Amino acid sequence: MPLNLLQKLEILADAAKYDASCVSSGGEKRKAEKGIGSVTGQGICHAFTPDGRCVSLLKILLTNFCIYDCVYCVSRRSSNAPRARFKVEEVVQLTLDLYRRNCIEGLFLSSGIARSADETMADLVRVAKALREEHGFRGYIHLKTIPGASPELLDEAGLYADRLSMNVEMPAEAALEKLAPEKSATEIKRGLARARSRIEEGSAPSRGGKARLRRFAPAGQSTQIVVGADSSTDLDILRSSARLYASYALQRVYYSAFSPTGHPSAVLPAEPTPLIREHRLYQTDWLLRFYGFSLPEVEEALPGGMLDLSIDPKLAWALSHRDFFPVDVNKASRELLLRVPGLGVKAVDRIIAARRHGSLRLAELARLTGSLKRVRPFVLTPDWQPGSLLEQPRLRQRLVAPQQLSLGL
Amino acid sequence: MLSIPLGEDCSVEEFRAAARHCLARGIAPEDVHFSVGGTLPLFAEEAPERVSVANVRVPRGYANLVPKIVCHSEADRFALLYRLLWRIHRGERHVLDNPADPDAAKAQRYAKAVDKDIYRMQAYVRFAEREIDGARIFVAWHEPQHRMLRLAAPFFVDRFSNMDWLIATPIGTIAWQGGVLAFGPPAARPAEAGDTVLDELWTAYFRATFNPARLRVKAMVAQMPKRHWATMPETALIPDMVRAAGARVAEMETTAPETPPRFAERLAERMASISAQSGELLPLDVLREEIQSCRLCPLHGPATQAVPGEGAPEAEIMFVGEQPGDQEDLAGRPFVGPAGQVFERALLEAGIARQKTYVTNAVKHFKFEPRGKRRVHMKPSGGEVSKCRFWLDREISAVKPKLVVALGATAMLGLTGRPVPVTKARGQVIAADSFSILVTVHPSYLLRLPEKERAEAEYERFVEDLRKARDWCEAA
Repeated sequence: MPLNLLQKLEILADAAKYDASCVSSGGEKRKAEKGIGSVTGQGICHAFTPDGRCVSLLKILLTNFCIYDCVYCVSRRSSNAPRARFKVEEVVQLTLDLYRRNCIEGLFLSSGIARSADETMADLVRVAKALREEHGFRGYIHLKTIPGASPELLDEAGLYADRLSMNVEMPAEAALEKLAPEKSATEIKRGLARARSRIEEGSAPSRGGKARLRRFAPAGQSTQIVVGADSSTDLDILRSSARLYASYALQRVYYSAFSPTGHPSAVLPAEPTPLIREHRLYQTDWLLRFYGFSLPEVEEALPGGMLDLSIDPKLAWALSHRDFFPVDVNKASRELLLRVPGLGVKAVDRIIAARRHGSLRLAELARLTGSLKRVRPFVLTPDWQPGSLLEQPRLRQRLVAPQQLSLGL
Repeated sequence: MLSIPLGEDCSVEEFRAAARHCLARGIAPEDVHFSVGGTLPLFAEEAPERVSVANVRVPRGYANLVPKIVCHSEADRFALLYRLLWRIHRGERHVLDNPADPDAAKAQRYAKAVDKDIYRMQAYVRFAEREIDGARIFVAWHEPQHRMLRLAAPFFVDRFSNMDWLIATPIGTIAWQGGVLAFGPPAARPAEAGDTVLDELWTAYFRATFNPARLRVKAMVAQMPKRHWATMPETALIPDMVRAAGARVAEMETTAPETPPRFAERLAERMASISAQSGELLPLDVLREEIQSCRLCPLHGPATQAVPGEGAPEAEIMFVGEQPGDQEDLAGRPFVGPAGQVFERALLEAGIARQKTYVTNAVKHFKFEPRGKRRVHMKPSGGEVSKCRFWLDREISAVKPKLVVALGATAMLGLTGRPVPVTKARGQVIAADSFSILVTVHPSYLLRLPEKERAEAEYERFVEDLRKARDWCEAA
């Protein structure tokens, strides 16, 4: 009996949920004009599921039939997951129906490789093209691109999509060869390379000042690494993402803690990767990109290549570099302030703005930072010095209260 | 103490009039009470104006905050705004730039709360489709915390301009019909009438996209406060989803690896046959594919792809550079980046057609160090060059050039296996086994010269070396 739309949606949304990315931020701002939909630039989370994740886009696969056999994937050909396939018009209609009800910012469309990379990529492009050209859809579209698909199809995808992504999946090529034997690391990297070139061409100032009709993937591209399905260490993962950021102009490298799919493979761990590992990787990724930390500095704090799961990486660094502190809140440079545990980028900006107007004491600092608990041992103000607090061997225990993980990604 | 009653839905203009009135009379913030919930008085002349306020210029920061803070539901919002205005007027023009100032901090907090409320309206309004008098209209009920409907409306207009819609709230309604925006008085909550897209498809999607192995209820509630749940149909499922999560995960963890479905084997065979297909290939094409799968040294890991040489299969001149750069690594072709452009221009000036030559590198993978969003070129080591000679030798044997032009020291190392200083050997033709070598600089050297005159002179010398190569080949 053929599946109805509801059953297809259940199967193909379930199969797509392992992709961490669901953002609709970045790129160009648009209004509906003669069509429907807009992009505000900041992205909107229209709901949150009980896993704490943002629901911004309708995230589905076009089909979960797949000729590949990547062991970590619920849709691999050897899995017994129920299979379904959307028609192009069904995805288009579903997107528009949910969009009109203000449930989503747009569509995130991925797919199993049903016959070949090119046919699958062409189907994905067809959906995006129909939304844009037949229905005047001006909301957000994120297309997953298929490794090994022809460069022309990738180019076309970038004309309709706001964001493109292609997952590298594994931190190391050897792991990919083992767990996804039919995928080619080179094909994935070539896809990312092609998209980077197009994105850079598209954002280069055009000659004669004439704006291009359509920018290539205005919200850029991203990729994802599965954490914990292979034996790679956190250091392997961070090195790999540092190379990816440097190479392919990525907006984001997503880390996705491996979680069981209900269709296990003998090659994989039966236990899910602890979510805190994923969280620590994101924190370290942030230190590298926004806090001025270098990879060698982070490496020091990774004995055995693994991040400390019990404390955040910035605190770990601070505790092993106590001679670096206390930092004088009224004099220290931005770079130094960013090293203080408990001070985020926004708090540091506020401190710098406020100290132009007068000296900051603890009371002012509290107003600028929210909580002083973690900050205190590491800073100096006219009415406070940490003194021996900073040298206490038990400082770590004092600061690490058992605390619920909450991550607003 | 002067008491000024302001309406609950006091507009920016009304507040401004009241504030000007007080300011003009020199009434200090502590001497005025803005009460909320009354009607706006006409400012009768109880006291004469003492200062002229015709041109009260406020900083942009203040002007931007007023429309937001006026919407806030806290009763002290007007007092806060007036206090800030008073301080600005008394010379503290930059008070809002100081986030440590208690008034400034509070103002920012109020503005942020209103922004958040607007954002949540944009996020959590759910339109249900209705037919009213034969026309399709999308209706929603939403319960905001602040009186920000006028600030929230443009989002819905920009997004849904081709739809008729109505958002009803306890503090007023926004309607968009036939391209006209209208604000109305508070409406009663519309009766539930069902909408199949919301009630079936959307809720099914919400359930399916949830991963029970990642249960984090607190994080969800922090982002999506329960007060909005009543108007979001999908949230009715949450208690059951949370309750069942543990059992679902336990079941997953104990499920034994399954036997693959029957089609899996058939597909595996088809995959194998696809990769076995390959047509007739030229020797150089075979070589290119072999280079692509090279694992002789670790450089293949970070690089995108190997960059084999390209050009005429029977070229008389072969050019050998150092290694692919950033652009070459992306494109998979040698000499297409900035150095490649210099090279191409110089070839043209020397009267050499690139397509008649063969262009390659001593090392086939890009060696780099990640530095933020850039890749910094790293010189290949002697070991890497020597490993990669395997491929360079094969390219030379396949193309059989008369003359090989070594562009720089690494190329020389790759060709001869010995370090040869470029400056000494430059411009000379050296006989090797089956071919001759002419040494010159690498075109990227020309790009690195800071002085314009020197760069131009060196470029001329480079072109001269290329001419020598051309003449030598023609003579040979």
